[in-house]
Amino acid sequence: MAKMKYSIFSLLRQARDYHRGWPKAWRSPEPKPSYDVIIIGGGGHGLATAYYLAKEHGITNVAVLEKGWLGGGNTGRNTTIVRSNYLWDESAHLYEHSLKLFEGLSQDLNYNVMFSQRGVINLAHNEHDLKELSRRGHACRLNGIDYEMISAEQIKQIAPIINISKNIRYPVLGGSIQRRAGNARHDAVAWGYARRADEFGIDIIQNCEVTGIDIENGRVTGVQTTRGPIKARKIGAVPAGHATVVGNMAGLTLPVESHPLQAMVSEPIKPVLDTVIMSNTVHVYISQSDKGELVLGAGIDGFNSYAQRGSLDVIEHQLEALCDLYPIVKRLRIMRTWGGIVDTCPDASPIVSKTPVEGFYMNCGWGTGGFKATPGSGWVFAHTIAQDRPHRLNEAFDLKRFETGFLIDEHGAAAVAH
Amino acid sequence: MTQAFRNSDGGRIDRGKRVSFTFDGQNLEGFAGDTLASALLANGVRLVGRSFKYHRPRGIVGSGPEEPNALIQLGVGAHTEPNTRATQIALFDGLVSESQNAWPGVGFDVGAINNMVSKAIPSGFYYKTFMWPAAAWMFYEKFIRSAAGLGKAPTEPDPETYEKRSVWCDVLVVGGGPAGLAAALAAGATGARVILADEQSEFGGSLLASRDRIEGRDGADWAGDVIDDLAGMPEVRVLSRTTVVSYHDHNYLVAVERVNDHLPLGKRHGPRQRLWKVRARQVVLATGAIERPLVFAENDRPGVMLAGAVRTYVNRYGARPGNRAVVFTNNDSAYRAAIDASDGGIAIAAIVDCRAQPEGALVRLARERGIEIVAGSVITGVRGTKQVSEVEVATLTQDGSDVAGARRSIDCDLVMMSGGWNPTVHLYSQSGGKLAWNADLATFVPATAAQKSREAGAVNGSFSLMAALAEGSRAGSAAARDAGFEGEEPAVPACDAGPGDGVLALQALWDVPCGRKGAKRFLDFQNDVTASDVALAHRENYSSVEHFKRYTTTGMGTDQGKTSNVNGLAIMAGLRGVDVPEVGHTTFRPFYTAVTVGALAGINSGPELLDPVRKTPMHHWHEQHGAHFEDVGQWKRPYCYLRPGETVKQAVDREVLAARTSVAILDASTLGKIDIQGPDALELINRVYTNNFATLKVGACRYGLMCKDDGMVFDDGVTARIGENRYLMSTTTGGAPNVLNWLEEWLQCEWRDLEAYCTSVTTHWAAIAIAGPNSRRLLAELTATDLSNEAFPFMTWQDGEIAGIPGRIFRISFSGETGFEVQVPASYALALWRALMTAGEKYSITPYGTEAMHVLRAEKGFIIAGQDTDGTTTPYDLGMDWIVSKKKGDFLGKRGLERPDTLRDDRKQLVGLLTEDPNEVIPEGAHVSPSPHSNKPVPMEGWVTSSYYSPNCGRSIAMALLRGGAGRIGETVAIPLEHKVVRAKITRPVFFDEEGERLRG
Repeated sequence: MAKMKYSIFSLLRQARDYHRGWPKAWRSPEPKPSYDVIIIGGGGHGLATAYYLAKEHGITNVAVLEKGWLGGGNTGRNTTIVRSNYLWDESAHLYEHSLKLFEGLSQDLNYNVMFSQRGVINLAHNEHDLKELSRRGHACRLNGIDYEMISAEQIKQIAPIINISKNIRYPVLGGSIQRRAGNARHDAVAWGYARRADEFGIDIIQNCEVTGIDIENGRVTGVQTTRGPIKARKIGAVPAGHATVVGNMAGLTLPVESHPLQAMVSEPIKPVLDTVIMSNTVHVYISQSDKGELVLGAGIDGFNSYAQRGSLDVIEHQLEALCDLYPIVKRLRIMRTWGGIVDTCPDASPIVSKTPVEGFYMNCGWGTGGFKATPGSGWVFAHTIAQDRPHRLNEAFDLKRFETGFLIDEHGAAAVAH
Repeated sequence: MTQAFRNSDGGRIDRGKRVSFTFDGQNLEGFAGDTLASALLANGVRLVGRSFKYHRPRGIVGSGPEEPNALIQLGVGAHTEPNTRATQIALFDGLVSESQNAWPGVGFDVGAINNMVSKAIPSGFYYKTFMWPAAAWMFYEKFIRSAAGLGKAPTEPDPETYEKRSVWCDVLVVGGGPAGLAAALAAGATGARVILADEQSEFGGSLLASRDRIEGRDGADWAGDVIDDLAGMPEVRVLSRTTVVSYHDHNYLVAVERVNDHLPLGKRHGPRQRLWKVRARQVVLATGAIERPLVFAENDRPGVMLAGAVRTYVNRYGARPGNRAVVFTNNDSAYRAAIDASDGGIAIAAIVDCRAQPEGALVRLARERGIEIVAGSVITGVRGTKQVSEVEVATLTQDGSDVAGARRSIDCDLVMMSGGWNPTVHLYSQSGGKLAWNADLATFVPATAAQKSREAGAVNGSFSLMAALAEGSRAGSAAARDAGFEGEEPAVPACDAGPGDGVLALQALWDVPCGRKGAKRFLDFQNDVTASDVALAHRENYSSVEHFKRYTTTGMGTDQGKTSNVNGLAIMAGLRGVDVPEVGHTTFRPFYTAVTVGALAGINSGPELLDPVRKTPMHHWHEQHGAHFEDVGQWKRPYCYLRPGETVKQAVDREVLAARTSVAILDASTLGKIDIQGPDALELINRVYTNNFATLKVGACRYGLMCKDDGMVFDDGVTARIGENRYLMSTTTGGAPNVLNWLEEWLQCEWRDLEAYCTSVTTHWAAIAIAGPNSRRLLAELTATDLSNEAFPFMTWQDGEIAGIPGRIFRISFSGETGFEVQVPASYALALWRALMTAGEKYSITPYGTEAMHVLRAEKGFIIAGQDTDGTTTPYDLGMDWIVSKKKGDFLGKRGLERPDTLRDDRKQLVGLLTEDPNEVIPEGAHVSPSPHSNKPVPMEGWVTSSYYSPNCGRSIAMALLRGGAGRIGETVAIPLEHKVVRAKITRPVFFDEEGERLRG
């Protein structure tokens, strides 16, 4: 099912006929009675998993089941930051693999995901921050991941709207930058994977909610859905935001908590910021989209919730800090706020793992930082499902680590404290 | 330019008060009571902006928050504000406004080249191109980004201020039109505490734009009288210029009051805007409705306006948006607008009605006036680039899918369109309320409320004045009753809104056929989304409502789709061959209209009030004595005290030496202190610390370590037993809030059977640590308490009087020196500090800061939780096996500490490092590698947690967490830095006074 190739030429050709010749980006097939592999969750990670199952492992009798619309969970709700400046080897290698996949993703998918390596700056506001950043910096350097410590003045040069005066509440003492990091267009990542997975013959089925997982003799046999039962030899669950719910269907109690996380955009303004700046201490991160909106991330709400909305006070506190760091924003206006649900593990690292149920694989717990991992997560999860064993890159992210105690504590490197 | 399009009378403007303003440098005049939009229209200004993508010339479309086009850069310099809607800017003297998104100007705009190539750049085109060569996206993106955005951000800090108020009320009425006024009146009459908020400067809503009459008066006069009545009710608060922008859980709503925005700069006092945070027992939503445009060819030309908006400009502002109008409608309401416009001096060239046989009172009225009605027809084209000059009209085919027959051209300078009305359900929907599709009105209306709210008037799809007043009264009374206030429902006032009031008799008309290929039928004016874009999205299977929105960017502009969403959904439904409800609608998110960042931040910004600064009682003294501060949590702590001419390093070295050679004092007030009382206080403490506190006697202190449930070290500190059932727990400075929360979480959620109470007394007691060989001698001069080792052994405490101040003396030490910590009530602390400094002069007493404290403790190998630990460090890793009780029962972290990975021998363990070059101070955070010269990734086996130059050791010292470190003492390891490799010998992590003789001395 080869698709029409996207290019400037096909675009111009189509323009002659008022774009009436474009085919569907993906089909909307009825579910078949059975598949080799079912992926639960049609977000970026699930779609990427399906794509790499086909591309890397030749497994194409696959269905992706999505209860709503593709990319409707955190894929379409995040602040689109991609970076790999993590502390521990395990995370650094996984996120770096993901970043490298991002670097060739538009061409691989023939879909412009607009990966823009405009750099990501992390700010340090106190001695402790400086030490944390420096520790991460040393680790990144030895791991071969680009990372530089930079001074407040250098940050000011890159982002003139930042206030580096000593007279603010938490002055900027310096920071780090990963220049290969940046933003990508979140929807395009989901859509690009969906289109290519579909091209391999994979069935992408929206509005199909999994309501139960069938297990016989400790092995999965299929799923129950709102569109009837579907059989499968293997099931990979990537249900960010509802990992515990799906886990329960397979009899698993996961060490995962679900919290609301909010983000927001300002009205579009002419360009003022050409990089991404994050601050853990005051919980605010900012970038400017290609449409001109300032994209702002807030902190999580402390309570557990499946509702995709958070509390106003989180936003208020974040904007207080924003005004201090970027004084010009005060007269700009917030146009829209929204929330997603982040599944967090106690060590702020994900689970990409086999489970005690044979043929059932779990990919969850990406917390506040799942978007950047989309290609890498799909890539290693596809490997784990296809080979029935983890790839070297996700071995450590095993569910068993919560029994053994081999934790990968990334609270310092996580975008938002959780 | 004179106000050539201003009627000589009529409207609610004050012709006696002329107001001067500028638009794109042009000096213009309006009247008090004008909006910028009405004044521009009165002056004949039609072209006010350029669209986002194609830079097409655009004019004013609406008269309120729905306006997609007339976005203005308002004000200059530090006061400038982008993207303001001309329709909502109150005109004031000296107002400066400019059009946006056009270069060099709105008349000739280079960006309009996009319009010429628009055929090649439909929705989502960017997903399909800019991919070759592979690395070029950022090259292309530069140009895309430089064209991005609408208005310009200010370049200077905002000189104005903002504030917030939190209030509660029994009934919050949102919207001050007839329904809202009736609701507020009914609720207010019961004595309930009522808040009535409306976004406009004047109450009355639709009454201000109509010629409706209530109780024999002009509707607007009636509204004024109601406001007067409400003002006489002590429990009623009336807020104008106040937009309720969001509806959260538990009837929590947020409103923004524009306190000063309507005033000239020189007349502004107090905050610019005020954010109202309202908790309401009951809510009445009387938010009205917004008219829907029709999606026809070239419907974006300047001069194509909403019919109701034209009616508003004529009736309320006496301004004529044109002199000769063609009305295009699918319902009766536009006839009312046509009649009012005609009475206001606008010639109605024709009413083009898609309905084959329009009937009804208003239609008859128009006919009687001799207005031509072109039935069963549609507009198929609009000419005039910068202003409408002519429309083309054709007959609809029977099934409405196409046009047929000859085209007729009609000259006009204004098109008044109406596609029906969309109830303003934003807040209702934010509250969680479910919407239902009303096929007669062809729109979504409220169905099932999720919170304690009611809807009244047009928001319900009840478009007649009578219904608005009746529903308002009923909702107001019922809301007050449910809030606990009884009262009679007032009689609905008699009203007269003319014939055919509230009747739409609408015939759905979504994508208006024009019989031409490639004609642009705009759906979303601001983002340049056309009906063809919807078709493209459908063709490519971006058919779900969210995909369609995101792929085409419908509704993603500053108007958030107020005029475009329903049209878009309906067109998509038509393409999919399903009913609109099956397509559904996107989620309504805060805010209804965009909210200023400053208003959301309020006063809590800036160096003092953002996360309010915490200072110790001695802070001022520190400032006066050269303190160089650092932020630790919310506290400001002296890092060191700089003497004139000293470097930071020199100061730290001096302070460190002083503590070991004579006496030095530290302001330790910031350390967390939690007073724990109750019969189960001991049990609580025993469960949160890893070591046993059961043996701790009254008068004794013990160091404790606490772990999270995974067995990883979380915080540490000394706990003293104050009484039989009373303990004073100390925590790290930064960890204090977390520890208290941690205790409370367990007490409140898990161990509800424990009777123990935790109170933060951090700021009640100030603390001074006195360290050094002369510490006892110094303190003895100020207290009668016997400080000898026998009378006051290490790790005990006593009540005592110091320098005449009652307090507590603790024999504890974090410096490893003979030392005491004195705690006194905070208000006496400065006096005590001064007394110590005076008495200590003979010992050259030296105040020391946090860095000297760090060096001193590192010399002794004492850890700092959070520096020498991270979330992966167990007490065993720190070599503190002794602190994990084997005897006592369960404690937090016990199970975690028994997991196989936490018991491994080769975990990262705390060691000391002595560099080969004693002057080399390893950077903290550097990693140890077994093969530092290998290719990347270079293997790592641990990292340096603390590293200092120790003046007492006369060399550098460091601590590190190193794989299997405890068993590798004596080995040499390599630390690869950026440009060199440092080598260091592994030692035990104690560098000074290993036996602890000084500590106990």
